[in-house]
Amino acid sequence: MQGTASSANTPGMSGGQPGPRLSAVFRRLGRRLLHLLAVLVIVSLVTFLMLELLPGNLADSFLHENASEAEVAAIEAELGLDRPLPERFLGWAGNALQGDLGRSPVSGESISVAIAERLPVTLQLLVYAQVLSLAIALPLGIIAGYREGSSLDRLISGGALGSLAMPHFVWGILLILVLSIWLDWLPATGYVPFAESPAGNLASLFLPALTLAMVEAPVYLRLLRSDIASTLREDYIVVARAKGLSDRQILLHHALRPSSFTLITLMGINIGNLIGGSVIVESLFALPGVGRLLVEGVIRRDFFTVQGVVLVIAVAFVLVNLLVDLAYNLLDPRLSHDRAR
Amino acid sequence: MTALADNVARLPRAPAVDWRLALPVGWLILVFTAALTVDWLPVPTPTDMDFMALEALPSAEHWLGTDQDGRDLFSRVAHGARVSLTVGFVAPLVGLVVGTLLGLLSAWYGGFTRSSILVALDAMLAFPGLVLAMALTAILGASVGSVTLALGVLSIPAFARISRARALPLIQREFVLAAKTAGASDHWILMREVLPNMVMTLVTYTLTIVSVMIVIEGALSFLGVGVPPPAPSWGGMISEGRSALERAPHISLIPAAAMFFTVLSLNVLGDRLRRRAEAREGGLS
Repeated sequence: MQGTASSANTPGMSGGQPGPRLSAVFRRLGRRLLHLLAVLVIVSLVTFLMLELLPGNLADSFLHENASEAEVAAIEAELGLDRPLPERFLGWAGNALQGDLGRSPVSGESISVAIAERLPVTLQLLVYAQVLSLAIALPLGIIAGYREGSSLDRLISGGALGSLAMPHFVWGILLILVLSIWLDWLPATGYVPFAESPAGNLASLFLPALTLAMVEAPVYLRLLRSDIASTLREDYIVVARAKGLSDRQILLHHALRPSSFTLITLMGINIGNLIGGSVIVESLFALPGVGRLLVEGVIRRDFFTVQGVVLVIAVAFVLVNLLVDLAYNLLDPRLSHDRAR
Repeated sequence: MTALADNVARLPRAPAVDWRLALPVGWLILVFTAALTVDWLPVPTPTDMDFMALEALPSAEHWLGTDQDGRDLFSRVAHGARVSLTVGFVAPLVGLVVGTLLGLLSAWYGGFTRSSILVALDAMLAFPGLVLAMALTAILGASVGSVTLALGVLSIPAFARISRARALPLIQREFVLAAKTAGASDHWILMREVLPNMVMTLVTYTLTIVSVMIVIEGALSFLGVGVPPPAPSWGGMISEGRSALERAPHISLIPAAAMFFTVLSLNVLGDRLRRRAEAREGGLS
């Protein structure tokens, strides 16, 4: 199928007609989906086998220390540990596809329900953090790129380099100390659900989101700065200047647009980093999110919950990356042409 | 007086100290020295509790002060440095060896070898770093060894990607074609022709990965799922200081500063080396 598609496309590749471009996108989509499927199968297999690597018997984690042999056998039968490994994997994966990740031996709660309850908090935190990152990175990155080499640029770039060297947990501690203890502006803990009070919810998530943004923003800022600085040296910027456009128009309409593509990709790539950060931030600020569920699972040795959370995060991460990649391909026509060739 | 000033002005100028190189190298040497020699220094052990000086500020007796249990912060930071530096520098070696090999193989061979390596790498990258590290340490058990191994596994895809990207253009080069024509084996070509030309890139990249590993190790300890207490680690110390943040912020801030300066130094050095490596290898790619 791939062969016919490419031979049909080759003659029309030179022009900018929508036909070849679209089919190139679809061909790429097909290849990506196949690759994606393989990745998802491996991800679920690895997540499943995770528990097999555990030293000792899996049934032990359900039971107290002096369990009788009959109790062990009963639990093993319930978990299906007496069945062969491939059969258990297919059963587990089938249930997972239907949204059933089993129950936690520690809390007795359904793992899917536990994750679904905490997911909105984490998602809101991630979106909030991305918005704050852009709010910090866009103006500072544009100024630094526009005034490349100035002392203002050096201050901003130096600050970004320093901020990058501070992990989430260091930023979190610092922000709590300054904004909440010394200045007493914001509460450090106490999550307020959105349904209870939207304003209170945004206030209670502000410090956690800002903590994530302080690590995220420098990455975007550095990219924007170097992108804008190099774009401003392009010929078409000179033309725009010659046409008498103001600096503001040139920056916003001519220089920022090409950078926005790279920025989108970077935001996609950084989601992994952001998820890792939210695990820390949720623990630090006591937010009832998925990351905290994971940490508690590891600490309480509740491996089934850990397995469920890891699977959900990994699958979500793969899908988000696919979406970012596709969006990038559709937004930037240059790219699908280059790759199709 | 004026004659002297004239003479001074005419002297050849001493080469200006390159602070961007000297400061990070100096800091890293300081941390390494402290980590190696702390057992012989006149400081308490990291678990000694001085009940006369709880949450004390820096003094002659306790160089960096003490924590809530009266344990000496200098001693704990220096011992914590051992954990951070061991994990930070040993873990990337796992990724360097395994990842480079996978990258080379996926660049040289096509077909099934290449696609299975690429799918496996993508599957590993599907787990956000910290999440994979937590899952692995949960399984392997919390100790310096298993944290190192977990983080080593974590760094494999990054090294594989960079070595593949670096190897692909090299494989097109004339000296590889020459070796192939002369009848060299695949093993010879990859190890003797391609690999030596990637060494600078890989070494530079390792430095960047070291700082990433130190941060992730810190995060694991901070969350209480890494190297277990009472062994001091920077992340654990920062976490322990949280309960006294209002009264004695230095308990958290001192290990945080140690980690900040170490990571910053590694990043600055890494940036610099990368620029130099790019300039040197520029002609080859």
